[in-house]
Amino acid sequence: MSSPTVADFLRSRGVTRRDFLNFCASTTALLGLPASMAPRVAAALGQARRPSVIWLPFQECTGCTESITRAHGATLESLIFEAISLDYQHTLQAAAGDAAERARTQAMKDHWGKYLLIVDGSIPTGNPGYGTIAGHDNLSMLKETAEGAAAIIALGTCAAYGGIPGAAPNPTGAVPVGDVIKDKPIVNVPGCPPIPVVITGVLVQYLTFGKLPELDALGRPRSFYGQTIHDRCYRRPFYERGQFAESFDDEGARRGWCLYKLGCKGPTTYNACATVKWNNGTSFPIEAGHGCIGCSQPGFWDQGGFYQPLSVGNWGNARTVGTAAAIGTVLGVAAATLARRRQRDAEEAAK
Amino acid sequence: MSLLDFARGPALQWSVFVFIVGVLWRLFGVLLLRSKKDLSEPRNRAAWKGLRLIALRSWPRREFLEGTAFGEVMGYAFHVGFLVTLFFFAPHVVFFADVARGLIGTDLRGLIGVGWPTLPNGIITLLAAVSVAALLALLVHRLVNPVKRLISNFDDYFSWFVTIAPLVTGLLAFSHLAGWPYERLLAWHLLSVELLLVWFPFGKLMHAFTIFAARGTTGMIFERRGASL
Repeated sequence: MSSPTVADFLRSRGVTRRDFLNFCASTTALLGLPASMAPRVAAALGQARRPSVIWLPFQECTGCTESITRAHGATLESLIFEAISLDYQHTLQAAAGDAAERARTQAMKDHWGKYLLIVDGSIPTGNPGYGTIAGHDNLSMLKETAEGAAAIIALGTCAAYGGIPGAAPNPTGAVPVGDVIKDKPIVNVPGCPPIPVVITGVLVQYLTFGKLPELDALGRPRSFYGQTIHDRCYRRPFYERGQFAESFDDEGARRGWCLYKLGCKGPTTYNACATVKWNNGTSFPIEAGHGCIGCSQPGFWDQGGFYQPLSVGNWGNARTVGTAAAIGTVLGVAAATLARRRQRDAEEAAK
Repeated sequence: MSLLDFARGPALQWSVFVFIVGVLWRLFGVLLLRSKKDLSEPRNRAAWKGLRLIALRSWPRREFLEGTAFGEVMGYAFHVGFLVTLFFFAPHVVFFADVARGLIGTDLRGLIGVGWPTLPNGIITLLAAVSVAALLALLVHRLVNPVKRLISNFDDYFSWFVTIAPLVTGLLAFSHLAGWPYERLLAWHLLSVELLLVWFPFGKLMHAFTIFAARGTTGMIFERRGASL
């Protein structure tokens, strides 16, 4: 028996046709598609069969799961997430132990070559014992499950780029999914955590068109990660006018001026926070008064301090500058001494 | 390590190191040279009055105006645009404040209670663009004018290149040139600045540190000899 369609599932949950069409229209816009595509998205999404999804959480904090399941009340986005047939997710599923593992292997067997694999968390490579689930180490479980997957979504910065577990000194040898799996299409959906609507947006695109979205050089969907936070920040006009908060409690901060000088990483961070926002579109970190920490970028934990302005580089310190000054002075005095000696010799020779 | 990490880290550290070593080497090497003893009777004992040549040479002489006006106008346009961009663009000010804190433990705000001002980006962009245009005009003039072309060497052209490169890459980074990620443009901007720092002490750009001392010395010699300034 084939699985029910997404439309069947949503109808069973009380979602009206109007709400569904509204969702399709906004998601079409978010995906960067023309408005004329909205009816096609609605038609295709409505008829899409619930895909089998296996979700493997490895070295993670469950924040990515929280993001989509607990961020706010039941919305169409979370229902779309529920519309997938989540056959394995050991944090969410009721089954445990061997029963849970059987669910995974059964789903793999039933949907071999067709299921979607979601991975959150990085993969420890230093020692198999650093991360095990039901006696399987993370690395072998990922390789085994990825083999029959149609595509992989690396959810969150840890799965996409190594994230916090991969930060220096990286004690577990944490690596992202892309470092382990080379022969499957991978979509990176970074963020710590990623925005719920970005997660569902990728799922909708996959369900609707049967293919993965266009990706940027870092494997992220261009439709959500095409612009920097800075490009779309509502505080951008203050940056342009040179109006900056100098501390978190000064007049500039109270007036909502640009947080660049307080370490905001918006100019180098690609994400949709400034447009999609969080908590049902309520706000995002910069709107709450804190600079962007660049959580959707590779190596964000090792990019200097969160409160260090972007233009502050590692130019050295007083000691290196002093050493350079001492060397320069010695060289200069030595050069001048030699030149003076030559001058004196030339004068004496002229006499 | 990404290109930006390299540009903001080791490349910046080493270029600053080379810049300081080179500048002090050149400065001490020149300033400690023996000056030839002038045995002639001084026509004017207050030779220090010749220091006014520093200001006088900063303005075109009327009798030479026709021949020097282009260079003077373009030179000022470039220098003003470059220096305002360097010292009043907010990200640059933040960088210099960090350098000050690293060297003396505090920035200007900590010293006198008022921070170094920044200018709106529109003004900075305009002045940087004017600076680039002036540099291009000066290059064309150098290439077209047979005398200037004859006396120009590698140092002139390379110094021109390392000067215009940070302005161009900075403008591109600021304007987020379509198709190139901002952080790559930022990395190229930093690398171009680092090239400027490394070349600075060893080419004609060193005039930034020596020009006023040279003018002052010449002025004092002229004043002592009773020459008209």
